Amino acid sequence: MSLAEQVLGHERDNEDGGWITADGRQIGAVMMEMKNITLRFGGVVAIKDISFDIRKGEIRAIIGPNGAGKSSMLNVISGFYNPQEGDVFYLGEKRPKMRPYEVARQGIARTFQNIALFEGMSVLDNVMTGRLNHMKAGVLAQALWKGRAEREEIENREKVEKIIDFLEIQNIRKKPVGSLPYGLKKRVELARALAAEPSLLLLDEPMAGMNVEEKEDMSRFILDVNDEFGTTIALIEHDMGVVMDLSDRVVVMDYGKKIGDGTPDEVRNNQDVIDAYLGVAHD
Amino acid sequence: MLYREAGDFKTSYQADNQTFPIRFDRVGLRVVLVLALGVVPFFINDYWANAVALPFLIYAIAAIGLNILVGFCGQVSLGTGGFMAVGAYATYKLMTAFPEVSIIIHVLLAGGITAGVGVLFGLPSLRIKGFYLAVATLAAQFFLVWLFNRVPWFYNYSASGQISAPEREVLGYAVTGPNAEAWVTYLFCLLFLIFAAVVARNLTRGTMGRSWMGIRDMDIAAEIIGVNPLSAKLSAFAVSSFFIGIAGALFFAVYLGAVEVGEAFGINKSFLVLFMIIIGGLGRIGGSLMGAAFLVLLPVLLKNVLVGSLGWPTDLAAHLEFMIVGALIVTFLVAEPHGLAQLWRVAKEKLRLWPFPH
Repeated sequence: MSLAEQVLGHERDNEDGGWITADGRQIGAVMMEMKNITLRFGGVVAIKDISFDIRKGEIRAIIGPNGAGKSSMLNVISGFYNPQEGDVFYLGEKRPKMRPYEVARQGIARTFQNIALFEGMSVLDNVMTGRLNHMKAGVLAQALWKGRAEREEIENREKVEKIIDFLEIQNIRKKPVGSLPYGLKKRVELARALAAEPSLLLLDEPMAGMNVEEKEDMSRFILDVNDEFGTTIALIEHDMGVVMDLSDRVVVMDYGKKIGDGTPDEVRNNQDVIDAYLGVAHD
Repeated sequence: MLYREAGDFKTSYQADNQTFPIRFDRVGLRVVLVLALGVVPFFINDYWANAVALPFLIYAIAAIGLNILVGFCGQVSLGTGGFMAVGAYATYKLMTAFPEVSIIIHVLLAGGITAGVGVLFGLPSLRIKGFYLAVATLAAQFFLVWLFNRVPWFYNYSASGQISAPEREVLGYAVTGPNAEAWVTYLFCLLFLIFAAVVARNLTRGTMGRSWMGIRDMDIAAEIIGVNPLSAKLSAFAVSSFFIGIAGALFFAVYLGAVEVGEAFGINKSFLVLFMIIIGGLGRIGGSLMGAAFLVLLPVLLKNVLVGSLGWPTDLAAHLEFMIVGALIVTFLVAEPHGLAQLWRVAKEKLRLWPFPH
């Protein structure tokens, strides 16, 4: 049975194995594939033989109880950790060992569970930092603030202003980030990641610590990013309601192992997943 | 009333990016530049040049350099004295080896050589941070001073172990040596300071500055965005040492004329410049200037008041001077931990609303 059949219950297979979602978005070919990933810290096995893929255009959630290895998984994708076993395939090619900044240059951006903004800089500078990989002016041009340096600064500022507009943070663009409330900081961090124009965006608990209203705002932004920019999104989130509403497919992890993978409905009815979340009777 | 931005709208990102967004500031800057370049040279005498102007200008260049490293990139360094010595000895060797080449080129080249040495001693920063890095740069301070003391090649085998600057001219006017006039040396150093300030400002407001500040504020996040920590840290060391090297070259060639390395470029130089940027304001170019002015001018001012006006004995005044400067530093830092630059900024914020704060 093809993946499309599993997801949709009927055949609507594109050549690349993708499909069209109920709300009309196109899910494309496999963009990133994790194959038999095992990650160990000394004797502790954080991730054990996990395989899954992320398709172009989809919103892919990774869920699981605390300590399941979700964040470790995200760190493997973004290059912080190199797994002891298994391979990461990105855009069909096996990815060699990479430093995080090299991964960033491949078009993968992320946000952090605990906000990791540059507190001493203004919102605008924070978001502009996200454009770093699109700015190529040499040291001399920068030192003189002439030619390419000044031109790039303005071109990229225009792009950044679009994102600031999109995330509705115009009124704080010149404020130092350190002075902002938590919810706005989360939004600025998303803006910084978006400024890189990533093809794959990783969100580590984008809604942690938010109230209902802020969660709704953030959910809307995530959907809009996916819809308008066509950005593929992989996210970790604890709020099940949000996960089930937002995502196209869900990976469930527990104790470093994959215990479920599929559409929100499939995962919801998976006995292993229910056991992991609710516990099993010991008889 | 005068100082406000109301009605001063920006219609392009270019205008929004400028260093001084408020018109009053821009006019003020031009007035200061005209005074400094066009008026002061006609009135300056040897006392003012040697006691006030030259030390301020040269320390300001060094402070700008150190501020790039410590204030913008967050890498603490105690090697400033040693790097200034590199600049001084590099100019000396260049001046004596190529007497026909302009001293401007020598000073810039000395900056370049210091940049190379700075990168070398910046390599430990890739593995260690904070206080530990400070200790590692302390090693640079002691090693470099030892090197220039012990290896006679650096001081051209002179019997005294000192280096002294031969006379060199720019456009027919002597800038080094005993015949250099006050206004020439003043203008020479001032132009280097303007150069340093403009370049430092441009670098810190662009891509390079943002990657430095990213490393300073949150190195993990900077790396995930695509900042290569290796090149960001080492470029900060290079640019910082470039300016510090220029400052060292001017300190030796133009200001002192003759130098004994342990005396002129000892560990207290490192601390002095570090204090300047802490008092002036970390991560602000203007702060470097204010800090240098504060620590250079205050002792001179106190001496003039205590000895000149009140007629106290010189030794008593010298001791009191230390205590007063120290007390003032503590007071300032308690009142405003972010330095004089922040104090200045707060004052400007207040002025914007004055006299109608509501």
